[in-house]
Amino acid sequence: MGFASKSPWVIHYDASSCNGCDIEVLAALCPGFDVERFGIINTGNPKHADIFLVTGSVNERNISVVKQIYDQMVEPKVVVACGTCACSGGIFHDCYNVIGGVDKAIPVDVYAPGCAVRPEAIIDGVVQALGILEEKSKALKASKRGA
Amino acid sequence: MSFIPVLIGTVAFAVLAPILGCLLAGLDRIISARMQGRVGPPLLQPYYDVRKLIEKDDVTVSGVDGIYMTAALVFTAFAGGIFFSGGNLLMSAFVITMAALLFIMAAFSSRSPYAEVGASRETLQVMSYEPMVLLMAVCFYMAAGSFMVGDVFQRNVPVIVYTVPAFVGFLFILTIKLRKSPFDISTSHHAHQEIVRGTTTEMSGKTLAKTEVMHWCETVLFLGWTGMFFLWSNPGSIVIAVIAALAAWFLEIFIDNNFARVKWQAMLKWAWVVALVAGGINIVVLMGVVF
Repeated sequence: MGFASKSPWVIHYDASSCNGCDIEVLAALCPGFDVERFGIINTGNPKHADIFLVTGSVNERNISVVKQIYDQMVEPKVVVACGTCACSGGIFHDCYNVIGGVDKAIPVDVYAPGCAVRPEAIIDGVVQALGILEEKSKALKASKRGA
Repeated sequence: MSFIPVLIGTVAFAVLAPILGCLLAGLDRIISARMQGRVGPPLLQPYYDVRKLIEKDDVTVSGVDGIYMTAALVFTAFAGGIFFSGGNLLMSAFVITMAALLFIMAAFSSRSPYAEVGASRETLQVMSYEPMVLLMAVCFYMAAGSFMVGDVFQRNVPVIVYTVPAFVGFLFILTIKLRKSPFDISTSHHAHQEIVRGTTTEMSGKTLAKTEVMHWCETVLFLGWTGMFFLWSNPGSIVIAVIAALAAWFLEIFIDNNFARVKWQAMLKWAWVVALVAGGINIVVLMGVVF
């Protein structure tokens, strides 16, 4: 296991979530689940983060924000869509202003469904994301060596 | 102050301080987690973090922040080398301030508004702690008769006997120097109380790794300053100094976890009040006792 998966720092962005999923994301950091056991830190800065946790669906107002946060993140990076709205638009999918899931804006690596998404599902999603992060890290190293 | 011991000390500090500082940082995170009713990360988590940051892609806004941080690291190692080779305490304090200024320059160089807020606040932190650091060094000189740290081993009593107020004042500004809550004004390790990320907003990958390593080295140096007060001619005093430094470290973690961040005005005011009262009284008393 490389170092990329030993210290996954996350940034959490609330696209247009009802806050149900956001509370669960924060619950994962609290003593009950304590994801810092695995080195996971909520950074609040895209330039420091490895994993982008998005909650809620993407709409016309926030699609540029989601894209910009993604662009500011430094490679290797992965995106986890947290909750049904982030996966597909969910209950809001046919709202006039909703575009759909997060994958309408940026490439999503892991989908963690649930309404609201359970902390266990978030942790499962992040663990899956770590595998992808590891692969991307190796690919980056290989491309650096090639260059 | 001859140059060779300082050079050897600098190299030794550059190798050993990151190791010790990394373990201290890991311990800090575990103790903090336990204080919050959590299990916390593994002891080597700060090491994993830095190794991961080194593996990240190279992205820089200004192109020079990495160089500033490298220079800051070199000055930190030099300050540590001066101190731990028994050199001039005042010089060590000035050189470590130079490292802090280079860190500020690195933050300013990105021209990001958030990084500039952080850099301005870091400048305020330097303004807050520097008077007390200087008064602490003056008190040390008056008590030990020399600025040379190595001279404490030739004395019959530890410096702390004459410098209790200055030591208390130093403990107060130690929280500012270590950027711990309530004085983690320029950049915090906790995302929830931050204007984006302060000084390190635009830093990523290797540059951010350098700030982490610099922070480890600074911790070791400042705890060294703390321990210095408890040394005298008895070799066993080194054990007492280490215990005192670790106790100070635990106190800092305790303060970090129990106090909310203050406004910068309060920090500046209290740091100067403490410096003038604690440092001032100590100097006046020492002038009466020693001279």
